[in-house]
Order: sequence, then C-alpha cells, then structure tokens
Amino acid sequence: MNFWKRLIRIDRRWIFLLVWIAVTIPLLKPIGLPVNVTPPAKNLYNFVDKQKPADKAVLLIFDFDPSTMPELLPMGVAIMRHCFAKKIPIILYGGLYAPGAGMVEMALREVKSDFPDIKYGRDYVFLGYVPGISLVILSIGESIKGTFRNDYYGNSLDTLPLISKVDNYDGIGVAIDLSGSSLPQLWASYAYQRYGCRIGVGTTAVSAAQYYPWLQTGQFVGMLGGLKGAAEYEKLINMNKIPTGRMAATIGMDAQSIVHLLIVVFIILGNIGYFVIRKAERKG
Amino acid sequence: MHISTNPWVWIAAFLTLAIYSFLYKDNPFYKFAEHLFMGLAIGYGAVILWYTSIIPRLWDPLAHGTSPMRFFLFIPIFIGLLTLGIFSKKFTWVIKYPLAIYIGASAGLSVPVTLEAYIFKQVEGTILTRAMVNNWFLGISNAIMFVGVLTTLVYFFFSKEHEGFLGKSARIGIIFIMVAFGASFGYTVMARISLLIGRMQFLLHDWLGIIK
Amino acid sequence: MRRTFPLALAFAFGFALIIQYFIPHPLSQKFYRIMVQQWLIIISIFFYIFAWRSFGIYHINKVKRKKEGWWASIVAIFGVFLMAGAGFLSNRGFFFDQMYNYVFAPLQATMFSLLAFFIASAAFRAFRARNLEASLLLITATIVMIGRVPIGAYIWKGMPKLVEWILMYPNMAAQRGILIGVGLGMIATSLKIILGIERSYLGGD
Repeated sequence: MNFWKRLIRIDRRWIFLLVWIAVTIPLLKPIGLPVNVTPPAKNLYNFVDKQKPADKAVLLIFDFDPSTMPELLPMGVAIMRHCFAKKIPIILYGGLYAPGAGMVEMALREVKSDFPDIKYGRDYVFLGYVPGISLVILSIGESIKGTFRNDYYGNSLDTLPLISKVDNYDGIGVAIDLSGSSLPQLWASYAYQRYGCRIGVGTTAVSAAQYYPWLQTGQFVGMLGGLKGAAEYEKLINMNKIPTGRMAATIGMDAQSIVHLLIVVFIILGNIGYFVIRKAERKG
Repeated sequence: MHISTNPWVWIAAFLTLAIYSFLYKDNPFYKFAEHLFMGLAIGYGAVILWYTSIIPRLWDPLAHGTSPMRFFLFIPIFIGLLTLGIFSKKFTWVIKYPLAIYIGASAGLSVPVTLEAYIFKQVEGTILTRAMVNNWFLGISNAIMFVGVLTTLVYFFFSKEHEGFLGKSARIGIIFIMVAFGASFGYTVMARISLLIGRMQFLLHDWLGIIK
Repeated sequence: MRRTFPLALAFAFGFALIIQYFIPHPLSQKFYRIMVQQWLIIISIFFYIFAWRSFGIYHINKVKRKKEGWWASIVAIFGVFLMAGAGFLSNRGFFFDQMYNYVFAPLQATMFSLLAFFIASAAFRAFRARNLEASLLLITATIVMIGRVPIGAYIWKGMPKLVEWILMYPNMAAQRGILIGVGLGMIATSLKIILGIERSYLGGD
C-alpha cells in the first residue's frame, strides 16, 4: 500500500524524464514498424492524383503556425512533392493566419531542390496573408486577383500565368486545408457549400476525430490526421516512386508508438494505484 | 555525429532548451524565451500585414491606380479608422460602428451556409439509404450511427426532464458521447506527443546531427 | 447614436447579406463582391489595432510600475522592434527569414511541445476510471492510442480496422449530434446579433 501511495505521489519530473527517454531512444535506434494507410488518407491521395495537369490546380492552404508545425508541415511537404512530381499546378496560400506564410517558405525550401524544372508563376504561385478569415474564403470564390492583388513576393498577379488560368474556385480541383483549428469547417461551409469547391483536410490529431461527420457526407474528400496522417501520405508518395526527402513523419512514428505504450502503462498504473488505495481506505 | 556549425541553429537550440528548462523549474531563461516569443509574434504579424495586405490593397490602388472608382475605398478606410477611437476615453464609443458592420455582415454571410453545411448536409448523411444497408455489417454499423446521432441530440435537449423514454435515450446518448470523447482524447495525446517528437528531431538531427 | 445606430447597422448589413444569398441579380452580386472583397476586408485590417494596443498597454504599464518580472516585458517590447525592424528595414529579407525560422518558429513549437510532458503526467495522476462513463472514455482512448500508431497493427492485425470502425460509426454519430447542436447555436447567435438581441460585442456605453 505504501508503495502505491508513494508511486501516485511521485515527483512529476520523473514522469517527464521517462517520456523524454521514450521519445529519444526510438529516434536514435529506429525499430522500423510499418505504417498502415487508412481510407481517409488514401481518398485524399487519390483525389489529388486524379487532377490532370492541364486542367485544374490544387490550392494548398497553410492555415497553421509553428505550434503545430511538427504535424502539419510534413503533410504540406508531401502534398507539394506529389503535385510537383505529377506536374499538377499548385497555388500555395499562406493561410488565414499571418504566421502561415513562413510555413510555406519552410516547405518550399525543403522541396524545391528535388524538382529543379519547377517554375514559379507557371507551376506554382505563393499567395500571402489577407485578414478576414471567412471573408477571404468567399473573396477567393469571386476572384483571386481581386483578393490578393500581388503574390507574397510583391509581384502583380497579372504577371503570373497560373493565376491568369485560375482566378477562382472554378479553376481549382481541390482545396486542401492544413490546419490545427476549426478552419477546415469554414472552408467546407463557404468554399464548398457556396462555390462547390472540393475540400481536403490535413489536421492535427486533436481535431481529427471531429471531422468524420464531414468525411461521411463528402464535404471533405479525404483527411490526413496528425503525424500518422503525414506518415501515411509519405508512404503513398514513396510507393509511387516520388522523391520523398527525409520523411520526417515516418521517422517519428516509432517514437510515437513507444510513447503511446508508455502513456497506456501510466494510465493502467495510475488506476491500479487509485483502486488499491481506495480499497484500503474503505477497509480502514 | 555532425554538430551544426550554423550559428542560427545554435540560437534555435539554445532557445529550445531554455523553454524545456521550465520542466525542471520556472526560471529566468524560460521567462526570457517566452516573452521574446510574444514580442516576435506581434512584430511578425505587423510586417506580413503591411506587405501582403496594406500595400497591395490600400496604398497601391490609391497611390498608383488610375480608375476614379478607387476613391470609394476611402469609405471603408474611414470606417476602419474609427477603431482608433479606442485610444481616446471620450471617443471610445465610435469603435462600435466598424464592429457592428463587420460582425453584423459576418453573421449574415454565415447563416445560409451554416444551415446547409451543419444542418442539411449532416441530416442528409444520417438518413439511412439503401446503399448504407446493402450488407449486414454496413446495415448494423449505420443503424448504430443512426441511433447514436438521435440519442446524442436527445441528450442535449434540456427543455424536458430526462425521464422515461427520453431519459433512457439520453443515457444511450451519453455512451456514444463518451466513446467520441475517448477517441478525441486518444487523438489529443497523439497530437501532443507529435509536437515533442518534432522538437527532438530538430535537436538530434538539425543541431547534433546524430540521427538521419 | 451610440447604441441604436450601431445596432441598426448590424441589422442592415446582416439582413442584406442573408437575402443577397438568394438573389442572383447582377446588382446583388455586385453588392456582395464590394462587401466581401473590399469593405469588410479593409475594415478587418484595422482590427489589428486592438491587439497591438492590448499588448502595448499591458507591457508598458508593467515596466512603468516596475511590477514583478518587469524586465521580461522589456524583452517582449524589444522582440516587437527586433522582428518589425528586421522585416521593414530588410524588406522581408534574409535576416527576417532567419529570425522566423530559427527564433520565432522554434520558440512557438517548443512551447506547445511542453504539453506532451504535462499530458503524460496527467495520464498518470488524473485519468481515473471512477464510473462507467469514465471507464468507457478511457477504454476507447486506449484503443485509439494503440490502434492509430504502427505498434497497434503489430500487436493485432485487426486493430487499425477496429479503430477506423470506432471513428467512422459510434464516434462519428456523437460528433454529428454535437455538430448539429453547434450549427443550430451558431445560427441562433447570428440571428440574435442581426436582430440586436445579442449586444455584448458592442461593450458598455
């Protein structure tokens, strides 16, 4: 009984240390557990894959800041690699939050070197930040030029061939929103319901469970949930011989597995201790 | 081991460890890093707003545009400038005008699409069609889904006492809600751990170079 | 003037944009485009003033009154000028990019990664199966936690399919019920704002 009492009251810094060890060791010594691909991720991949290069563009929205970068940036990188490899034109949008623009630049830095024949203005365009959230989603539906006027670098959108072809949702095959908040619901509400633009989602694991109703109705064509979702997309592009880069999400999955096991052990131990102490207190 | 020679990576590593020092104890290094972040966030937002919104949407059309219609932009600019009233105790009330217009308009824009996206589409997805029951497994699963949606809605209906049939339905609703919260919780744990994995990858790969 | 006129404005713009949705006439579309692409976005640019003012007042007061930890407020104010200076003086050049990539991003990412440690501590100290509902929550959470990562499939091949079924059916059902409730609440709140019943956004007189 004393053992359980002492265990329940253990200094939390020992717990922190165990978590740190459980994350670090699988990164230093990878196990190589295979990643399985779930239907929502496969559906998103297939929807992007079926876009024809000469037809419509993909709008990839970086609606996140560095706080959710470890989960969402690998998704953005993998989707960009997919589009560049298949020559699908891609409009990179720095998102409805100001720090998203920096995330786009980080992703571009990681990807561009593997695709030297990709040309700015023809194959991809980078749009900056405009405040207004739902207003921006609606405004894009009327005109991208009217919403942004210039790209992120200050070039007039009139000078970019891709924007001359794609000026609103009619020219966008799928808009994929990478977000850690409820913004995908806004994209589905405003862009899909009002303009018919198909929406895909890359979300942090916190929000993934709540988007299943939207998947079932088809309001989202597919979904990547958390670091696992990013690893699934990396696996899919790897299977199709697309340059994958470092595959940061896949590398992290071993550590994810081990820490999850540790947390389950914590929950079990904590509950055993709770019931043992409660039983002893009721007896005495 | 290939320790980075980029001074910026060392700055990032120092700041990362300064934040993690909070796990041992609150300390001045953590406070320094935390407050530096707050200031940088404001500064970054201001720069991005200036270059990607104010210059192309306000300055360029007014200073370099040719259409006489561009002077109508002064109307929303004037309304927006009313927000400066917050700096004056006597004229604070003028900020109500831009707020009222913006919030009223946003509310108006949201009503039709919310009805479609949150109500009509979701009800449509709940109604059992032939395709949803065309084999026994799908049939049972979708029947569970149908019961789950109804009982969850019953649970949140507080205009009547949860007794009798209503009470029993609400009880079933709680079971579905607990399953949903459990799934969300499991996913939340996954999300938090992923953030830590990302930072450890930075320290071990970008800074110390001891992993691929 | 101070209360009635703003309420009238909220009603006018809100009602106009609801009925505009159903009117395909070119004038209606032009009104919509002007509102959405110009007026409302330009007004929202100015709302940043509220955030900057709050930040400035809090930290400047803390420094003026030498409250505990006032030196940290000087760091915060310095951070604003450092980032803004880097951006404006270099026209978002190299130094601005490096500040974002190696100072701002690591700081924010690391701050949020602290939550991993706290959730592990909470799992040990607070997550208790006190009753049926809590037990159901914990069991589902455990299944999702194990089944969603590669080790789940390693332990039992059917685990990923079980998790997918839980997410797609019972979880989805409850989330949909909550979503419909949220949608009704959003519509009710929007209508209350337009009709002037909900006035908290205007503050006091």
